[in-house]
Amino acid sequence: METILTRYRNLTVLLIVVVAQLVFLAYQVKANKDDRLIRVWAVSAVTPMAGGVDSVRHNTLGFLQDYFILLDVRDQNRRLKAENDKLRMENIYLRNEMANSADAHALMVFQEKTPSKTVAARVVGNSTVATAKAVFIDRGSTSGIEKGMAVVTPEGVVGKVIAVYPLVSQVLLITDPTFKIGVESQKHHVHGILNCGVGHCIVEQVQDEDKLDVGEWFFTSGEDRLFPRGFPVGTVISSQPGAPGQGMRDVKLALSGQPGGAEAVLVVLEGVHQEIPSGPVMADVHVAPLPLPPGQKDGNSSSVEQVQTEADKIVGKYEALGKEENHVYGEVGSSVPNFNPPKTTPAPAAAPVPQSSAPQAAAPVPVTPAAQAPPPAPLPLGSPRRKTTTTATTTEAPAPPGRQP
Amino acid sequence: MNESSDNLLRRRSRESWFSRFQILGLVVLTLLAIILKVYLPRIIPSTSWLELPLLLTVYFGLVYPNQIAALLFGAFVGLCEDSLAPANLHPIGMFGITKTLVGYFAASVSMRFNVENAFIRLVLCFFFYLFHALMYWLMRRALLDQMVPFDPQEILIYGALNSAVALPLFLLLDKMKVSGSRSAIL
Repeated sequence: METILTRYRNLTVLLIVVVAQLVFLAYQVKANKDDRLIRVWAVSAVTPMAGGVDSVRHNTLGFLQDYFILLDVRDQNRRLKAENDKLRMENIYLRNEMANSADAHALMVFQEKTPSKTVAARVVGNSTVATAKAVFIDRGSTSGIEKGMAVVTPEGVVGKVIAVYPLVSQVLLITDPTFKIGVESQKHHVHGILNCGVGHCIVEQVQDEDKLDVGEWFFTSGEDRLFPRGFPVGTVISSQPGAPGQGMRDVKLALSGQPGGAEAVLVVLEGVHQEIPSGPVMADVHVAPLPLPPGQKDGNSSSVEQVQTEADKIVGKYEALGKEENHVYGEVGSSVPNFNPPKTTPAPAAAPVPQSSAPQAAAPVPVTPAAQAPPPAPLPLGSPRRKTTTTATTTEAPAPPGRQP
Repeated sequence: MNESSDNLLRRRSRESWFSRFQILGLVVLTLLAIILKVYLPRIIPSTSWLELPLLLTVYFGLVYPNQIAALLFGAFVGLCEDSLAPANLHPIGMFGITKTLVGYFAASVSMRFNVENAFIRLVLCFFFYLFHALMYWLMRRALLDQMVPFDPQEILIYGALNSAVALPLFLLLDKMKVSGSRSAIL
């Protein structure tokens, strides 16, 4: 026996180590008990470093951004250097603070609005298991966090606390395959169970007879006894009847928040159920983009042709000729156009430019009284373009403010 | 005691310090790799495929052809990773067992083949990544009864990416080893 053990010493050690771990694993699974001490040690050792790295990253990025922004300011205000230095230092500090607390501010506003008692936390790390969607937050039992508490952001739900350590906690995200929450729709009050573990989010247990509109909001229903009722979850992106015989509807949902990408979150210490709002949800409010600068066209505008090359100019010229001579290119029986029409002298500046004889490659003329119209000039490449229609000699008016793209 | 025996003793003492220095450095690097695995996907979300702890386990096994040391190192790395995983989904020992086996087999391979060649290292890293992913998936299904999806295409791509990362990483570690040995001898 001893000879065998000596001969196969390496294999024996391997077996012992593997079997020991297997026994420990079996004990944890069977007893549903975790060795908390090992985890506490490991988490306590790693997360402070992760938090430190996160702080350094935030401050470094903020500082670099501020540096580039402030370079110009320093040049412009060289004479006021003393004052500027002071302002710059203040600015750097405040901007760093802003960069760090941009999310925190949103959370603060939300914290004031929501009746639930919450505590703000920052996400400091991920889990080591790629398939398990879990993150570490920088608040632990010392902040009053307990296992099973809900984690949210103003945009939507994030997950639940699954492990609490003195200074950090581990949060299971709602995108984890094992995590499901109860939800209720805003308009038709359809109840269901949200499951985001299948690559996308679906609402299960919705009967075929239930009515749901695309774009309808879902909120937490509070039935899971985890999330208080009334937190936004997401909107319906498709609602179709399920497989025949099952009687369940196939409802797909787009989450309103980004559980995996959240930098700052709120842990609900004491949840208070709220009514599901009947009006538009915060994320529904659409901010219209600014109008385009004068002289620029919307890319969707199909009536405007872009002259890019000399060939475009020639095409434009021939098209104008064709129109002038009532010739349709490619049409059978159409007369051959005269490509060498007699040259027309440029119209005097005071006279209105006849549209039919205006060269198509002329530069766009600002919308001015005809008496002030400048003479046509060659169009440089890449300059603002004109229409090939009869309005070719007028510049497009700027898009109306508040126009949707 | 003559001069040669004195030299021999002195050298042995230096070698001992050198090996301790290297092991300490490797342990620090391993902890760093585990921290990066936890933290790096927060900064760069597309790096979740990077398995630095696994690569270090493979490197240790390839460079130190001692099966017991390699398997213990693998167990240490795996148990550290297990400790940072969600408790309800991932009991301690899952990564421990897989990385124990990876360390053992890596050391076994290095005892029989010349693993200094870059191509062989590339292939071995790819193989061990596949082995690790498959073992882990099997264990989750068999031991924990968890229905975890297994995407062979994704595993192959990630394996290739990890192998690509392993080559420069191993070269860097080789250089550190050489410079470490020089500084220890000097």
